[in-house]
Amino acid sequence: MRRVITVTVINQSGVLNRVTGLLMKRQFNIESITVGHSEQPGMSKMTFIVHVEDERKIEQLLKQLQKQIDVIKVNDITDKAIVMRELALVKVVSPPHARSEINSIIEPFRATVIDSGKNVVTYQVTGAPEKIEAFIDLVKPYGIKELSRTGATAFTREIQKVNSPQLSILK
Amino acid sequence: MEMTPKSQDEKQNNQPMDGSAVLIQGLKDQGVEVIFGYPGGAVLPIYDALYKDPIPHVLARHEQGAIHAAEGYARVSGKPGVVIATSGPGATNLVTGITDAMMDSLPLVVFTGQVASTVIGTDAFQEADIIGITQPITKHNYQVRDVADLPRIIKEAFHIASTGRRGPVVVDIPKNVATEIFVTKEERTSEVNLPGYQPTTTPNYLQIQKAAEAIRFARKPLILAGAGVLHGQAMEELKTLVETKRIPITNTLLGLGCIAGNHELFLGMAGMHGTYTANMAISECDLLINVGARFDDRLTGNLESFAPHAKVIHIDIDPAEIGKNVPTEIPIVADSKEALQALLNQEFNVPDTEEWLAYLRGMQEEAPLWYNIDEHEFLPQEAIQMIHRITEGDAIVTTDVGQHQMWAAQYYSLNNPDFWVTSGGLGTMGFGFPAAIGAQIAKPDERVVAIVGDGGFQMTAQELSLLQEMRIPVKVVILNNGALGMVRQWQETFYDERYSQSLIPVQPDFVKLAEAYDLKGYRITKKEDAEQIFREALLSDEPVLIDCRVKMLENVYPMVAPGKGLQEMIGVKSK
Repeated sequence: MRRVITVTVINQSGVLNRVTGLLMKRQFNIESITVGHSEQPGMSKMTFIVHVEDERKIEQLLKQLQKQIDVIKVNDITDKAIVMRELALVKVVSPPHARSEINSIIEPFRATVIDSGKNVVTYQVTGAPEKIEAFIDLVKPYGIKELSRTGATAFTREIQKVNSPQLSILK
Repeated sequence: MEMTPKSQDEKQNNQPMDGSAVLIQGLKDQGVEVIFGYPGGAVLPIYDALYKDPIPHVLARHEQGAIHAAEGYARVSGKPGVVIATSGPGATNLVTGITDAMMDSLPLVVFTGQVASTVIGTDAFQEADIIGITQPITKHNYQVRDVADLPRIIKEAFHIASTGRRGPVVVDIPKNVATEIFVTKEERTSEVNLPGYQPTTTPNYLQIQKAAEAIRFARKPLILAGAGVLHGQAMEELKTLVETKRIPITNTLLGLGCIAGNHELFLGMAGMHGTYTANMAISECDLLINVGARFDDRLTGNLESFAPHAKVIHIDIDPAEIGKNVPTEIPIVADSKEALQALLNQEFNVPDTEEWLAYLRGMQEEAPLWYNIDEHEFLPQEAIQMIHRITEGDAIVTTDVGQHQMWAAQYYSLNNPDFWVTSGGLGTMGFGFPAAIGAQIAKPDERVVAIVGDGGFQMTAQELSLLQEMRIPVKVVILNNGALGMVRQWQETFYDERYSQSLIPVQPDFVKLAEAYDLKGYRITKKEDAEQIFREALLSDEPVLIDCRVKMLENVYPMVAPGKGLQEMIGVKSK
């Protein structure tokens, strides 16, 4: 199971180490982790994507994280309506004759060119990790010289789907 | 040992002090009555401050001895044990004790010296990344970067160590922070403010109601009590629950003592070397009420077949323990005392358990703990029973890990709570003897007996110095079987008697060793002499060492083999 977990922590040195150390000790494999300042001064927000086998393991993970003194809040937002974004920088082999072709391919992804040289162009793309994957797959045939991804950051949407009763008269 | 009373010279706030003086003052504010430690380069300023403004200090002969003594002190007194060690090797020598305290939820506040901030990270002389090293083995740790943070950090460290699920906290102090001068800005008495740390102590009322309801409908209820009962001082409430509702009770290794060993509803310890009746009661009960135990694998055996018929109520102050190993129907996150009080306040009918009790009593009579008396050799079980008889079950008993520990758990039936000091979770050889020193310092008027093996004792034997120097009347009983007994037993049982590196044919002369430290040493070689020697040694007011030679090939039974279920005990003998 792939879970998206957000953790609000006190912004202190060593906190990231504490959290990742805990995951390592309990054998959780992190797919991605991002950390940055939050809206509150002195507080940071971490988002991590982690793979777990079952509900009990995820519950244990959340409880262990919650136990840390520097951790203020832990949320598993996987099953919520969420906004999730990742940024990738991709340096693609792009000789002049192929450039317009590549540019047309990347357009639906709303990727932008942020640097270009004689034979290489660097694209920036943001979106959900799946979109980034799709973008990378698409430009791979041209030759990727360098790739750098930030990992996903996320939080819940303002409006959550409610389990409203089925109103259709057809069902 | 002379304990000077708490210093009365209350220093005023807003007076310039250096970091070391702030630390010593902070310790006094916390009511620290004794420090266990070992000086060194990086903590010289702290020791200098201690010279000017003394708190009684126990100079162990190795940092491991200091921290195990602090654990023994914490276990018996219920107060945090305080340890000071220098940077680098001093700090790394504490690692075993810190882990041991973490596993057994003992409150410790450990101050380590660190090289000066300016050279941290340069591999300076006696530098070790003790924050990185101890992060996974502490409840929390701090490195003090600014002397102005020190008063707050000291308060937080003691608060974290001694509340909620207790545990060790490390505070790493760079040498320059210890010497920096600053004017205390904050009130030393101000409240601790930790938004990320709010332990739940009061139980959820609905869950308590559910628990009461479950007890009401149980036919075969069973209480499993762990160290959480002792840490929460919930012994009275537990006893009331057991007696008024007539529910049988078993203990984990660390929970021993929370009910008197001879209580009529006590089934003995459960788990790998628990009693047959206790383990069968777990296997057959329909309601298991776990109070403050964490379902350790040495207790549960194979989880697949653990308590297969039981609905589980789990009371624990640490929510992460609930459901970790055993699925729980009724989780109650709370302090054990508050939870049991809330449960006792519920009006509910007493389940009729007499049939269940009679069944268990029959089993106890049918399959009690047993051993075969040897005509020539003295058995360790006999030794423990003899110690029990002579001390009337009233001594504080400390142990290491291994065969002697299990025999002590089985045969030293405790009358008092907080009189059992053992290394449970980590299973630390070398723990028992220094822990006995700490226990004796906590309770100078009680008789303290360290029951240790010949292997473990040799890991921290240098602390014999303290017995002499401080006139600490600990009685060290070495159950000497010339082997690493439990290792040897496992090799016998699971490795076809291939005794790889578990026999110790060459031993020091332990009596002479005691004499080298100017202590009285006894040796028991013949079982006929045992009673008289034990009586003389254990009842003396002096520190003594007793080298008690016991049968080498004796095994601890009954036993749940690793990976097996509790119902598959081996070495059960029925009458």
